[in-house]
Amino acid sequence: MAKKSIGPVRRAYSPWDDPEKAPFIEFRNVTKKFGDFTAVNNLSLKIYEREFFALLGGSGCGKTTLMRMLAGFETPTSGQIFLDGQDLAGIPPFKRPSNMMFQSYALFPHMSVEKNIAFGLKQDKLPASEVDARVAEMLRLTKLEQFAKRRPHQLSGGQRQRVALARSLAKRPKVLLLDEPLGALDRKLREETQFELMNIQEELKMTFLIVTHDQEEAMTVADRIAVMDKGELVQVATPAEIYEAPNSKFVADFIGDINLIEANVIEKSDDGTRLRSVADNFSIDSDQVTDAAVGDRVWYAIRPEKVRIAQGRREKGVPNRIDGVVWDIAYLGDMSIIHSKVGDDDGDTLRATFANVSRMVENPITWDDEVVMSFDRDAGVILKG
Amino acid sequence: MSDVHVPAQPKRSLGGWLLIAVPYVWLLIFFLAPFLIVFKISLSQVAVAIPPYVPTFDLAEGWNGIWDSVSEFSFENYVWLTEDDLYWKSYLSSVVIAAISTLLTLIIGYPIAYGMARSPQSLRPTLLMLVILPFWTSFLIRVYAWIGILKNEGLLNQLLLTLGVINEPLVIMNTNIAVFIGIVYSYLPFLVLPLYASLERLDGSLLEAAEDLGCPPWKAFWKITVPLSLPGVIAGCFLVFIPAVGEFVIPDLLGGSNTLMIGKTLWVEFFNNRDWPVSSAVAVILLMILVVPIVLFQNQQQKMSEREG
Repeated sequence: MAKKSIGPVRRAYSPWDDPEKAPFIEFRNVTKKFGDFTAVNNLSLKIYEREFFALLGGSGCGKTTLMRMLAGFETPTSGQIFLDGQDLAGIPPFKRPSNMMFQSYALFPHMSVEKNIAFGLKQDKLPASEVDARVAEMLRLTKLEQFAKRRPHQLSGGQRQRVALARSLAKRPKVLLLDEPLGALDRKLREETQFELMNIQEELKMTFLIVTHDQEEAMTVADRIAVMDKGELVQVATPAEIYEAPNSKFVADFIGDINLIEANVIEKSDDGTRLRSVADNFSIDSDQVTDAAVGDRVWYAIRPEKVRIAQGRREKGVPNRIDGVVWDIAYLGDMSIIHSKVGDDDGDTLRATFANVSRMVENPITWDDEVVMSFDRDAGVILKG
Repeated sequence: MSDVHVPAQPKRSLGGWLLIAVPYVWLLIFFLAPFLIVFKISLSQVAVAIPPYVPTFDLAEGWNGIWDSVSEFSFENYVWLTEDDLYWKSYLSSVVIAAISTLLTLIIGYPIAYGMARSPQSLRPTLLMLVILPFWTSFLIRVYAWIGILKNEGLLNQLLLTLGVINEPLVIMNTNIAVFIGIVYSYLPFLVLPLYASLERLDGSLLEAAEDLGCPPWKAFWKITVPLSLPGVIAGCFLVFIPAVGEFVIPDLLGGSNTLMIGKTLWVEFFNNRDWPVSSAVAVILLMILVVPIVLFQNQQQKMSEREG
């Protein structure tokens, strides 16, 4: 049997797996307090050169503070930040080799698009010819040539976003910081721009650090994601690992949709673990070897798309088969999410996605149908706590 | 047939018309009518009479009487203003004093407004209150109080003499310097308030962006803050300059005999010489001079609101 691996491999570049590789950006035991409030709590993180790295979390989780400390707008209460081997302590923002794209874009309203882009280059006292060449290159890269003479207020939201990007890229910073860069764009434009960002990052071979609360955005653009909560890192991994192998209930719940089943460990072996649902007394057979002891209370987390659903009743004695009654159906077009009750009203409600692969279906699953849900041994993960 | 329903222009009710009429009636009664009276007097001749000019309209004689009066109008008072150099010197001196005062007010007012806009949010209402507070006392009394401070044996000289900074009292009172001090003091809030409004609106992330792009803070002030506060600077300067040109109380109380300002000249013409026609002509010309900055000011305000809209 071929060895299974998690998710798609984006590219043959994973410096984080190489313990010898020196990090490009390193947060070392960084803490930031605002009065009594601890925004970032003793956090250590390594980011590698040419990585597209995402800081993901809800509002107030400390992700923006972390980025602002790297840019120099906030000073860590304790700990160190290194960029390309250099300790950034005491270096003011205008001397740091990073550039930031602001959430509000922060375009200078009294300057034209090209003046905005040239602003940073002029601070470096580059010769005029080089400034012009670099501005032209950025205008081309962001497809803004025809808007060069316009003022920011004469542009659409998407165009402003590209000016902000061009301006922050113009100085070819060692690292580009993106603070919720696509938050103000509508969905279609946001998706387009995500791919544009990835292409630009590959073309310029730069390190990108993005802060976002949008998990889809983080998963689309990033090589690795750090999920943050209450000023701490919860999990740092590739998008596929975060999704398929969350290390905690928080991450499992935060990313995507998931069924969380409270269960007791009833049997352990080298081959896997057997659980029994607390509420509904069905058994789950998992190939995961957990360090939880027999009798421990755990969570079994399984994504709705990993749950198969069909009308009928289960065969007795086969694990990972659960009977239910359809309670609600969310029809989304490409798929339906079917909520089924297992047991009585206090029991688990399981969600299964049903891909609508056929336009016309004989006898479709509908409300109050008796259904059986099934899944494979490796479909879910056992999470402690 | 289109199904699109186009709502008819709502008919303006009587109440609506009354509401709109209020500002127009106000302007008509309190600006246009007085101005026309002043203009009419400026075309008359001085006379020993009550009122002290001819012709006066005699409505009893009907249209003919009015026509007779109108035929006696002449522009000779305006010609006179060009013949005696006192007048154009007064105008010029007023404009120069107002301009210098405006500049001084700006130099003092900008840091105040900037400091207020950069102060903690919780402190701002208090600071704003402190700027407005002087208005609670009569303007006249506040200017008068400066006499007590600036005169030879006044508070300022006593303080400096006691501290040993000077050996002889400084002669400030009854000089142009006292007038500058008076104007700057009196009109400072008019500059600080609009400037504060435009500085407070300034998005702090613009300064962060400038700094992020390699611009040190002091340079970002000149490249970002100053240009973006320009509308407030212009509005504030006009609000100081326009009333300062016609200022009478401050030069009269604090200025000396050689302080030439058109407001004083007008007063002397009106009360001392009892020459209503010439003083009216002086007032009309003053208005003409002030129309230029007022129109510029209006244009600038218009442009700003269009840009924001």
